[in-house]
Amino acid sequence: MKISSVNGRPVNLDINTIDLPITAYVSIAHRLTGIILCAAVLVLLWFLHKSLASAEDFAEVQQMLLSSPVKFLMFLFMAPFWYHLVAGLRHLVMDMGIGESLEGGRLGAKIVVALSVVLIALTGVWLWSV
Amino acid sequence: MERVTSIASLGRNGVYDFVMQRVSALVITAYFLFLFFFIATTPDLTYEQWHGLFSGFSMQVFSSIALLMLMAHVWIGVWGVLTDYVTPRLMGPKANALRFIFQFAVLATVLVVTVIGLGIFWSL
Repeated sequence: MKISSVNGRPVNLDINTIDLPITAYVSIAHRLTGIILCAAVLVLLWFLHKSLASAEDFAEVQQMLLSSPVKFLMFLFMAPFWYHLVAGLRHLVMDMGIGESLEGGRLGAKIVVALSVVLIALTGVWLWSV
Repeated sequence: MERVTSIASLGRNGVYDFVMQRVSALVITAYFLFLFFFIATTPDLTYEQWHGLFSGFSMQVFSSIALLMLMAHVWIGVWGVLTDYVTPRLMGPKANALRFIFQFAVLATVLVVTVIGLGIFWSL
């Protein structure tokens, strides 16, 4: 363990040994979902291109979207999308000075988890009811 | 501690990137929510409706701006992640070279996707 040059106390920067608060997990998940969405954009752009190419291609995309594997893939894109969106909105709210305290931050993180779980569940219901 | 250079950030400036990340987030949100509600509220969507939506001039502009904003958002976001984790402190002396390679790959992809995306929107 390193010793701080400022006050001589031990410094632990090993994230694996630190008990992280919920705010940390929400932040890490925000970044992780962002990376996943980067990949999603590439796939979705291909789907968009194909769906606009011709009426036949459009029908093919529609058929693909009805198949379980592609539905699941769309769910794997939409779940991080909702989470990333809600977590991002929390940042905008915090930019306005709301929820910046320790307790406010924890509450905001819990709201992000709860709200995105609801949105993800609704998306799943919508996807598999079509 | 080694200081990470900001030479590969989008605006070369933290305040610019901070504001850009938020402005782009709002535009992307508006675009995807619009598309989401269009799809959700149009039962039995036909090719004519779908093609008609994207080939309209205002939608071409909206799509293009959303794409550019999304690419800026990706650039800033990935830069933040890379400069936080792919650092000499966390990954050793090769981290700067590794981060440069990742950064280059992401920027190249961003540029290619921008060109391809604009090509799709404006060839309709």
